Amino acid sequence: MSGKNTFTSRSLLTPFNLVAGLILIVGAVITVLRFTRGLAGVTHLSNDNPWGLWIGFDLLCGVALAAGGYVTSAAVYIFGMKRYHSAVRPAILTGFLGYAMVVLALNYDVGRPWRLPYPFVVQQGTTSLLFEVGACVALYLTVLFIEFTPAALEWLGLKRARNLVTRLTILLTIFGVVLSTLHQSSLGALYLIAPSKLHPLWYSSYLPVYFFVSSIVAGLSMVLFESTLAHHYFGDKMDEKHLRENTDVTLGFAKAASLTLAGYFTIKVIGIAMDNNWRYLATGYGLWFLVELLGFVALPCFLYAVGVRDKNIRLIRWTAVLTVLGIILNRLNVSLIAFNWRLPSSERYFPSWMEIMISVFVVTIGILVYRFVVTRMPVLYEHTDYPSSH
Amino acid sequence: MSLTRRKFLGWMGAAGAGAVIGKNAAASTTEHFKGYPNSFAILHDITLCVGCRSCEAACNKVNELPPPDRPFTDLSVLDEKRRTTAKAYTVVNRFKNRKVPQQPVFVKKQCNHCLEPACASACFVRALRKTPEGPVVYDPSVCVGCRYCMVACPFDIPAYEYDNALSPKIMKCTMCYPRILKGRLPGCVEACPREALTFGKRSDVLEIARQRIRENPGRYVNHIYGETEMGGTSWLYISGVPYKETGMREDLGVTPAPELTSGALSVVPMVVGLWPVLLTGIYAITQRKEKVSAEEKAAAVAEAVEKSEAQACHVLSEALDKAHKDALKEKEAAVHQAVKKALAEAAGSKAEEAAH
Repeated sequence: MSGKNTFTSRSLLTPFNLVAGLILIVGAVITVLRFTRGLAGVTHLSNDNPWGLWIGFDLLCGVALAAGGYVTSAAVYIFGMKRYHSAVRPAILTGFLGYAMVVLALNYDVGRPWRLPYPFVVQQGTTSLLFEVGACVALYLTVLFIEFTPAALEWLGLKRARNLVTRLTILLTIFGVVLSTLHQSSLGALYLIAPSKLHPLWYSSYLPVYFFVSSIVAGLSMVLFESTLAHHYFGDKMDEKHLRENTDVTLGFAKAASLTLAGYFTIKVIGIAMDNNWRYLATGYGLWFLVELLGFVALPCFLYAVGVRDKNIRLIRWTAVLTVLGIILNRLNVSLIAFNWRLPSSERYFPSWMEIMISVFVVTIGILVYRFVVTRMPVLYEHTDYPSSH
Repeated sequence: MSLTRRKFLGWMGAAGAGAVIGKNAAASTTEHFKGYPNSFAILHDITLCVGCRSCEAACNKVNELPPPDRPFTDLSVLDEKRRTTAKAYTVVNRFKNRKVPQQPVFVKKQCNHCLEPACASACFVRALRKTPEGPVVYDPSVCVGCRYCMVACPFDIPAYEYDNALSPKIMKCTMCYPRILKGRLPGCVEACPREALTFGKRSDVLEIARQRIRENPGRYVNHIYGETEMGGTSWLYISGVPYKETGMREDLGVTPAPELTSGALSVVPMVVGLWPVLLTGIYAITQRKEKVSAEEKAAAVAEAVEKSEAQACHVLSEALDKAHKDALKEKEAAVHQAVKKALAEAAGSKAEEAAH
């Protein structure tokens, strides 16, 4: 990628930029279509399938995979794992961008996006889990923004403002964990109201707990995954401290992820037992459920443990990818694949290419903003004026 | 006093009465909501319906919906199963009758106007609400268009204007709320030529349904659909064939939808209240651990320093002692030598004198 040769007068026409530019153009065209022809013009949504890819992937996966922010800042500032300090800023940045992408995608999905503040300023539907999700996501996006400002303020040289914000670190971290607990779990709780539509293997009164616990796994794995990518593409931006601590972070997070996955596996099995859903395991959906549970929960749990024991960084990094895929699979199962499972296949939902393109478009914007920020602001390295204190 | 129970459940949540995730946050109350007293309901006697679609036509007219693709007199639309859409608040479907094959079963489908609606409890801007009169009504002026009501509805009723780019609305049967307020019958009820639809107070309508079943035990299945489904609905059905043979789900249970989420909602205030305490506690413990370990380290260093200092002192004093002794010895030796020398000198001089 282009981040490597910052001092040469490089051309903007790198392959990455070309592809990204193309995606942006196509995305812009579909955006126009969305707001002129309505959802019918660009999506495969229907009265039976009111929520599609933009909710299943952009919202559910987006929020889960942006959990690295609260997981890392809690580990470092609250649990006192100071050796992981260099992982905080990248995690906060990707968390913030993740949530910003979620909100951006929501603007495509809801009918009248300019009314998104209505539930807070016009009429409060407090009996709705979606109200809780909305309130927490809005607040947490603000928290993440403030948590990230020190990096921007250091870049801009605003010392006093930067020092003021860093004093709020603990308060913001605690607030962030509270908000994340609430909305991560509430995304699962959204589906509690539809036991007649979601397959019993995925429906459980523990759905909120499943979503919360798996968000911790998602956060840890995303930090590992993103640090692998950042290493590859922005390695030159990393200072010695970041590089030195990286092995510590990798091993520590892998250990935590393995443990949390073990817990997650256990409560998933308990859920099956509580509702006595064993008989469904022998069906087609049951097999699919076992693929998710064994292949994307139990297996990464084991592989992380082996990786930590052998100090095998490579294995840990690949396991992180497997885990992230597992989280995506789980969210898509709940929202799309096992949802409306009783409908005949002709009435089931499959996203249109334009829906997929908008999701790709939103992720591309996130990557471009990430690149803009890490090539300018002290994220992967410490600013020389503020050593070891951010 | 609209939505008292859901509000109540909301407050329950706020009070954190049910701290554990579960299905029964309402466990701390013995209140059982049976619907608003004197609210209206409609009984659909499936055995009387002939599938003429008069109700569909009346509904279309009363609600000023766009003209249908095929006229309402065209009964060939019954060949396929239909659901409610943004252009049709109600549809009639035809099902095979296993008991009397030459007499198919016709069932009208529309919003069932639940006593405790899933859609209303799911709406985060309260665009949907249950009126004390019975209808579940929708306010498009606040609707954001999130479509969670459609996800929540167990009967798959609300439809959405997907082709409306900037002002899409949720579309569903209003039970002709404006007409009811004026004392008129809902459009479909008024139009039905077979009196398959009966409008009245829910308690009265339930009584009529029970009476028909009681008086014609061979004609009806002994179950009033909607009496308890999802906590009860304002649209009730009696049928000659099992409901599941008419596309109606019999596995919905009797739990009102709001109770499905009240447990999760009730956890919210607990998390808000206790998480900061827990996290601050962990933070304090971490800080204290660090402080203690720093203190212990400092103490250990001090002790080590003291010890080595003491040792150094000891060594020094011993050395001094020794030096002192050595000096004394040296002095003694020097004195001794000097005396010896003096004596020798004296003896020498004596001998010299004697030699003179």
